[in-house]
Amino acid sequence: MNQGIQTSHAVVAEGLGKQYGEQWALRDFQLAVPTGSVLGLLGHNGAGKTTAIRILTTLVAPTTGTAKVAGHDVVAEPDRVREQIGLTSQAATVDGLMTGAANLEMIGRLYHLPRKVAQARAAELLAELRLEDAGDRLVKDYSGGMRRRLDLAASLVASPPVLFLDEPTTGLDPESRNELWDLLRQLVGGGTTLILTTQYLEEADQLADDVVLLDHGKIVATGSPEQLKARYGGERVVVTVAADDELGAAAEALEKVAAGTAEIDREGLFVAAPASESTRLIEVVRALEEGGVDAHDVRRREATLDDVFFSLTSPRARVASTHATKDSDREEATA
Amino acid sequence: MNANAISTPTALPRVPAGPARLRWLAVDAWVLAKRQFAHIRQIPEKLFDVTLQPLMFVLLFAFVFGGVIAVPGGGDYHEYLIGGILVQTLAFGMMGPGVSIATDLGEGIIDRFSSLPMSRPAYLIGHLTAEFCATVLAVTIMVISGLIVGWGISSTPLEALACFGLLFLIAIAMIWLGTLVGVLARSPDGVQGIAFVAVFPLTFVANTFVPVGGLPDGLRQVAEYNPISAWAAAVRTLFGNPTAIPSGSAWPLEHSVIASVAWCVAILAIVVPLTVRAYRRRTTG
Ligand SMILES: Nc1ncnc2c1ncn2[C@@H]1O[C@H](COP(=O)(O)OP(=O)(O)OP(=O)(O)O)[C@@H](O)[C@H]1O
Ligand SMILES: [Mg+2]
Repeated sequence: MNQGIQTSHAVVAEGLGKQYGEQWALRDFQLAVPTGSVLGLLGHNGAGKTTAIRILTTLVAPTTGTAKVAGHDVVAEPDRVREQIGLTSQAATVDGLMTGAANLEMIGRLYHLPRKVAQARAAELLAELRLEDAGDRLVKDYSGGMRRRLDLAASLVASPPVLFLDEPTTGLDPESRNELWDLLRQLVGGGTTLILTTQYLEEADQLADDVVLLDHGKIVATGSPEQLKARYGGERVVVTVAADDELGAAAEALEKVAAGTAEIDREGLFVAAPASESTRLIEVVRALEEGGVDAHDVRRREATLDDVFFSLTSPRARVASTHATKDSDREEATA
Repeated sequence: MNANAISTPTALPRVPAGPARLRWLAVDAWVLAKRQFAHIRQIPEKLFDVTLQPLMFVLLFAFVFGGVIAVPGGGDYHEYLIGGILVQTLAFGMMGPGVSIATDLGEGIIDRFSSLPMSRPAYLIGHLTAEFCATVLAVTIMVISGLIVGWGISSTPLEALACFGLLFLIAIAMIWLGTLVGVLARSPDGVQGIAFVAVFPLTFVANTFVPVGGLPDGLRQVAEYNPISAWAAAVRTLFGNPTAIPSGSAWPLEHSVIASVAWCVAILAIVVPLTVRAYRRRTTG
């Protein structure tokens, strides 16, 4: 690894892998995140996002490979790494039986900030995350969104240059999500390097300079959102149907005239397939009619990151993800 | 402007190397012990098992059985009782740390701690410190309630001091045992189940409340070699209370002080390394 990469990159990983029993949760994971940029780790449930974050934040040791965060090896110098990072895990990492202010002060004290400084920092962060009125309340009485924000505040106590957020906006309403995005943009504007995982492609589109797509523990694509869309996207034909038992027939009909395989989105009740220059909507409508499909809407649109994701992640992953996925489903799909 | 407040670099003291780490460990452990105290302030019931429960036992046994149970070999039952209840309470003292550690490990907060540059052992040491403070409280309550029901210390001050030393050694051994159970258990309820099934019978098949002489064969041997019996006998001996141990009893009862210390040392020698290993595995696995 050359010196240049290490100083200009906040996070560098090579050949990272983590094996649980027989299963590789993460494999051949490479990463080079330029200092001050935002990396989005994208993947379905069980893709390995949390595993990657846990290795990079020294919470688990990798089975293979090496990683450096802020220039320090995560295995050899965990304390040096911990001095430079902030982490907001997927699960709540604040203490429900303490007040918001007490939580933040405790963390400041664990960074060995003097008590006064820790208290001042706690107050500052509470104000920043609009929790000042809730600072004296027990965290167990917070709403999900408030707890999430406190969790983020907790990871900002030491103003870490490298910030890891594991699904920071899961469970937030759209308004809170937008607020959080603004806050993250401010942080990045101040020079923070941000690594975040998400299942929302829009989030990656909004925030990330670079995206890493994970599927079954492996990287399936990397690049900026624009590059990915250009490389794997192109135009789509989208057919929306009335009921989900029509989705199969719609996909079948669409594939006859489209330029590639159709992806089914069960939640959105639509089917999308790549369109070429010669794909004409009238043919699509005709094919749908022949297939006896009751389509609500048929249109062309530019590819979204979603489409990139769908076309790159394996078909079996898609089946699992279009149903309400649980890890157990995933394990069956993997087996 | 506000916008920059969140990203202003905070001057952090760096994790020291060498012996200064011990001071960091002490500070971290105390911060985490205070977290346990904060929990107790929110849920005072957490302290019931080391406050109200022993008090209840003292009063129940003193007033309900006090009149009917005679201590073989002479002596007042109230004098006999307190040693047993002290030891029983310390034995149940494993439950507190077990439950709270299992709770933490099942939640994300342990990830938070593990991602901070704090001393690694601070989490366990902090817990142990808080639990130890709770034990001091429990012993104080029992001693006072014992004095009220007519128990007293009739040994020399030095022996009495040694007795308190032994009590705290027992407490530390049981707290570590609880910590191990907490780290291994899958849930807080699991800890309660294990602690109840293991400790409850042990404290009854012993000389805790009545001398072992009256027990049927089989059970009596279990009781004689039960660490709880040795501990209770040692506490009675060191406080100068009646022990009801006829000469010719089993070795651990006749040499209860040595046996008690040996039990504590043995438990600690086995449990501490196991706990540290299991904790490391659970938090970096
Ligand atoms: N401690 C563990 N023991 C065994 N298997 C594990 C463990 N942690 C993760 N795995 C497995 O590794 C795979 C990747 O898990 P990981 O948590 O990294 O996924 P993820 O992308 O974060 O998923 P999600 O979106 O659901 O959070 C999953 O199949 C999971 O079951
Ligand atoms: Mg995850």
